[in-house]
Amino acid sequence: MRTDAKICGMGHSMKRKEDPRFIRGKGNYVDDIQLPGMLYMDIVRSPHAHAKIKKIDTSAALKIPGVLAVIDGPTLEKYKLHWMPTISADTQMVLPIDEVMYVAQEVCAVIATERYIAADGADAVEVEYEPLPVIVDPLKSIAPGAPVIRKDKKDKKDNLAFHWEAGDRAATDAALEKSDVVAEQFVYVPRIHVASMETCGCVADFNSAEGKLTVYMTTQAPHAVRTVFALVAGHVGLSEERIRIVSPDIGGGFGGKVPVYPGYVIAVAASVVIGKPIKWIEDRMENLQADSFARDYHMKVRLGAKKDGTMTALSIKTIADHGYTNASANPMKYPAGLFSICTGAYPLKNAFCEVDAVYTHKPPGGVAYRCSFRVTEAVHAIERVVDVLAQKLKMDPAELRMKNFIAPERFPYKSVLGWEYDSGNYPAALKKAMDIIGYEALRKEQKEKRARGELMGIGVCSFVEIVGAGPSKDFDILGLKMFDSAEIRVHPTGKALARFGTKSQGQGHETTYAQIIAEELGIPASDIQVEEGDTDTAPYGLGTYASRSTPTSGAAASLAARKIRAKAKTLAAHLLECSEADLDWEPGRFFVKGVPGKGKTIQECAFAAYTNMPQGMEPGMEATHYYDPPNLTFPFGSYICAVDIDRGTGEVKVRRFVAIDDCGNIINPMIVQGQIHGGLAQGVGPALYEEIGYDEDGNVFGGSFLDYYVPTSLECPKWETDHTITPSPHHPFGAKGVGESATVGAPPAIANAVVDALSHLGVTHIDIPITPEKVWTLLRKAGAAE
Amino acid sequence: MKHKISVTVNGAVREAEVESRLLLVHFIRENLRLTGTHVGCDTSHCGVCTVQLDGEPVKSCTVLAVQADGRSVNTVEGLEQGGKLHPMQEAFTEKHALQCGFCTPGMLMTASALLERNQNPSEQEIRQAISGNLCRCTGYLNIVKAVQHAAEKMRAA
Amino acid sequence: MIPAPFDYHRPGTLDEAIGLLVRYKDDAKVLAGGMSLLPTLKLRLGSFGHLVDISRIAALEYVKEEKGAVRIGAGTRNATLERSELIKAKFGALADALPLIADPLVRNRGTIGGNIANGDPSNDHPAIAIALGAELVARGPKGERAIPASRFYKDLFVTDLKADEILAEIRVPLPLPRSGSAYRKLKRKTGDYAVAAVAVQLSLSASGTIERAGIALTNVASTPVEALEAQKFLAGKTPDAKTLAEAARLAAKAASPSADRRGSVEYKREMARVLAGRALTAALERARA
Repeated sequence: MRTDAKICGMGHSMKRKEDPRFIRGKGNYVDDIQLPGMLYMDIVRSPHAHAKIKKIDTSAALKIPGVLAVIDGPTLEKYKLHWMPTISADTQMVLPIDEVMYVAQEVCAVIATERYIAADGADAVEVEYEPLPVIVDPLKSIAPGAPVIRKDKKDKKDNLAFHWEAGDRAATDAALEKSDVVAEQFVYVPRIHVASMETCGCVADFNSAEGKLTVYMTTQAPHAVRTVFALVAGHVGLSEERIRIVSPDIGGGFGGKVPVYPGYVIAVAASVVIGKPIKWIEDRMENLQADSFARDYHMKVRLGAKKDGTMTALSIKTIADHGYTNASANPMKYPAGLFSICTGAYPLKNAFCEVDAVYTHKPPGGVAYRCSFRVTEAVHAIERVVDVLAQKLKMDPAELRMKNFIAPERFPYKSVLGWEYDSGNYPAALKKAMDIIGYEALRKEQKEKRARGELMGIGVCSFVEIVGAGPSKDFDILGLKMFDSAEIRVHPTGKALARFGTKSQGQGHETTYAQIIAEELGIPASDIQVEEGDTDTAPYGLGTYASRSTPTSGAAASLAARKIRAKAKTLAAHLLECSEADLDWEPGRFFVKGVPGKGKTIQECAFAAYTNMPQGMEPGMEATHYYDPPNLTFPFGSYICAVDIDRGTGEVKVRRFVAIDDCGNIINPMIVQGQIHGGLAQGVGPALYEEIGYDEDGNVFGGSFLDYYVPTSLECPKWETDHTITPSPHHPFGAKGVGESATVGAPPAIANAVVDALSHLGVTHIDIPITPEKVWTLLRKAGAAE
Repeated sequence: MKHKISVTVNGAVREAEVESRLLLVHFIRENLRLTGTHVGCDTSHCGVCTVQLDGEPVKSCTVLAVQADGRSVNTVEGLEQGGKLHPMQEAFTEKHALQCGFCTPGMLMTASALLERNQNPSEQEIRQAISGNLCRCTGYLNIVKAVQHAAEKMRAA
Repeated sequence: MIPAPFDYHRPGTLDEAIGLLVRYKDDAKVLAGGMSLLPTLKLRLGSFGHLVDISRIAALEYVKEEKGAVRIGAGTRNATLERSELIKAKFGALADALPLIADPLVRNRGTIGGNIANGDPSNDHPAIAIALGAELVARGPKGERAIPASRFYKDLFVTDLKADEILAEIRVPLPLPRSGSAYRKLKRKTGDYAVAAVAVQLSLSASGTIERAGIALTNVASTPVEALEAQKFLAGKTPDAKTLAEAARLAAKAASPSADRRGSVEYKREMARVLAGRALTAALERARA
């Protein structure tokens, strides 16, 4: 570490600056906000997956004292706000006019003086529906002749939202044809939900005297929301300079708080019409059932290899279930996200992937849930099929991976599907994981247990992530380029204020950004105040999701700080009456080369910027940087877990979980480790517990915490984490993003472990979530159940 | 349908007239303006609403305010005494046992109650005690470490 | 999330509470721990004009050994039972089950009485009460009556309790010498209801044969199920692995589970068998100790 504990730059496990308010219960979350005259909104939702709305009877609701209004589709239609664009340039209903398209869809909204009265009002609204035929199976939806779901789209004759592909189909098919061995596997990654502990909500406050709209909302991308509101509601008088979006403290985002949900728009419209602040806080069932979703990829995966295990070709055909509209948060050029990272850690010479996105009667989506963009799906596909291949070749799965890994000398490495991986050392990470877990000993134990009829498995996953979207030449969301920003101002007394275009939802930006700046300027991190989330003051950015803050705003912070340091050097030279060429730098101080006693601290330079500038220098000490990343960053890792299976019940117990992660240079090891722990828990969840599903009428299961199984402290094992460090060559301080690695790497490791435990019984695959019943069914079939 | 209640909250007697159906969590958050206690679900699963009722950690979303009449309620705001943080609060920061902070007040109330009963809990006992408090950010391991750290500090004091 | 309006009463004695039930009839509902009732009201799945809160009647909270039985006040919190040395010493089934009921926060409020009187086959106490041969003491305007647990459950959410009766006490006979009991529960995760669960109490004769077997199943039918055939089969037999396995099979036969997200009919029935086998084995081990 270049700085001492007082300055606390890169590498220090600095205790978090945001903690003091949270441990005292003094966080400021959206539902904590109370404004004078504030009203409450509650939404009436559809119990049907597809139905005509025959009648909405609000008479009983409006009779309840305190119920002020009911807002429906026709009301919004008057302002042309009943439909809105999605962030994938599709369209979505805010409130329906004639038809509902998914269970829990918003039908109308009740505005009342109190929260409890709004609930009574919503309960009293009577809606008459005529149920219509429902399509929930994407394979049925895409079949020729299926009824068209999006009748609102003129000339649409099918249910295809988009088709996207990457790679050379013909060459890949030919290569697979020529391969000695082809491992083929259907892999389904089911629908799940971010289920952050805080649900979504807002307080929309339109000040009619000033024509200014302020919306406090749970959003990970406040500037993008502001611009979208201005574009969508410009015709009703909202103008971007008079829209202020404020993200206060957010209780977990994980990608689920990126989309603009109908509830926000209805609340804004209500505030504009009524002229009072409107609070809307969804409850958990609304959150799980209506707010988008993640994953839901049906994939046919084929991996070819020579008989010695050298991989030759990869082909993946995917049907993506998008619900009734494509509201996914993917960059425009990549509607299936960064799925083409599916070649993973292997130097495949031939690859092809295609995604057909399909409409169904389900909530719109999906969100990028702690996966960058579709990377969980891609990694699950490749890491699962690699194990299928290993089983076919009767090779150890770790050995097969080691044999194939892109060699460390080959970086930057251009994959056949077009990504330039910045740096990587996959063998080192896997070897470290194997050493720490004691791989050989586990294999020995497995052999002994098998002889006794006990079931134990070891699962390996070596993943490559792709984060930090993204370079402007390829990345935009609704046209907005995916740069990000930092603005730093140093005060006369040498303290600093720094603002960013990102928005933390728990990642610790108030600490890590301060550490980055402390590293560059030598100002103690404790003297640097970090702010995010208020669009009136923060510089423009695309927000925080897809592990992009460190790669983008973090980079911007260091580059802005370097601009300030350059100015400080000029000031130091002026104060020391020497030339800049005579000066050296140590953290926090310029000094004359060879005369260490003769120097000026950064604080002295800051003071001089206001009191003693050289002739002709612009006063003040501040800098802004908008960073357009030249490339994404490619964190990676190897995870190994050991599981034990109960032959009577099929229950899977994760005995050990070792995670080796590489995110390049580490800003705060304590925070990075925390990110891994959390991501691992959100990986165990989908692997063993979490799923949202639908019966053929479109009724949902997993729509409340009663049956959406979020792991507790008893379901999570004791994580064992460590790291390797392979810096990113293009990032200003060599760092990569890390927040999502564990959610990406954990599910395949666990799935591979379970299959490994059952492989001697002829089992070759199991889809997540791996429920005890799924395991038991396989044991039964193999005659091995207790 | 309204009742006068008198509840001792963080040591101070608070009186109010409330509807029978008012949930304790809403009484705390909206009547008393103590917003440290949170709401996270609607099926009594998540535990972010945890407070101590007569010293026992309970889900305040599943208790009526009228049921707390004449009783004592401790919330996260009451942990800090005379400007001094509770050892559990310090331990949470020390061990990075919080990220977004939303489940933190509930965790603190459950964990501090645990140590009142059991000064030297094992890892398994800690995991068992907090199994009614969901967290989506931390993966629980640092929370367990924080509780162990606080227990050690409190035993030494 | 917000219940519909209702009125709230907090009687000081059980008889006062019964008086309120007589007065308000169907429109009144007893509130004890509230861990089943309040979630129902919050989701507006049921509504009542009057809640009668008995959770502060101290006279309903006790655990004591008296006249050959352990007598548990219906208002006793599950957390209190979890910490009771008397309960842990006498009833392995309760020692096993209590840490697995819901979660620790819910157990701080939920009462054994509520868990038993709900008539919900997914609650754990009913099957345990049946297996332990417990009597449920109901109090009404005309006085008290004791109902064997095995005759208490009629249908889904329907028990033998009359509209004007409140469960006052659970009386569990002290186990015979050479007895052991156990509870084995399979659930998808902490806090969830059972996929299936089995409660067993075995009492051995001096020669080691089975003198009495109590076996009951949780959440595999619309009521808790007493495995009569399995109990009868075990009576008088020498408990070896084969016998226990057959008893487990018979116990599972008594189950009629419905398919849901926790499992298919076949899986649940098989789990009833596996868990019954494990509970029988554990109970036997404890009986022999």
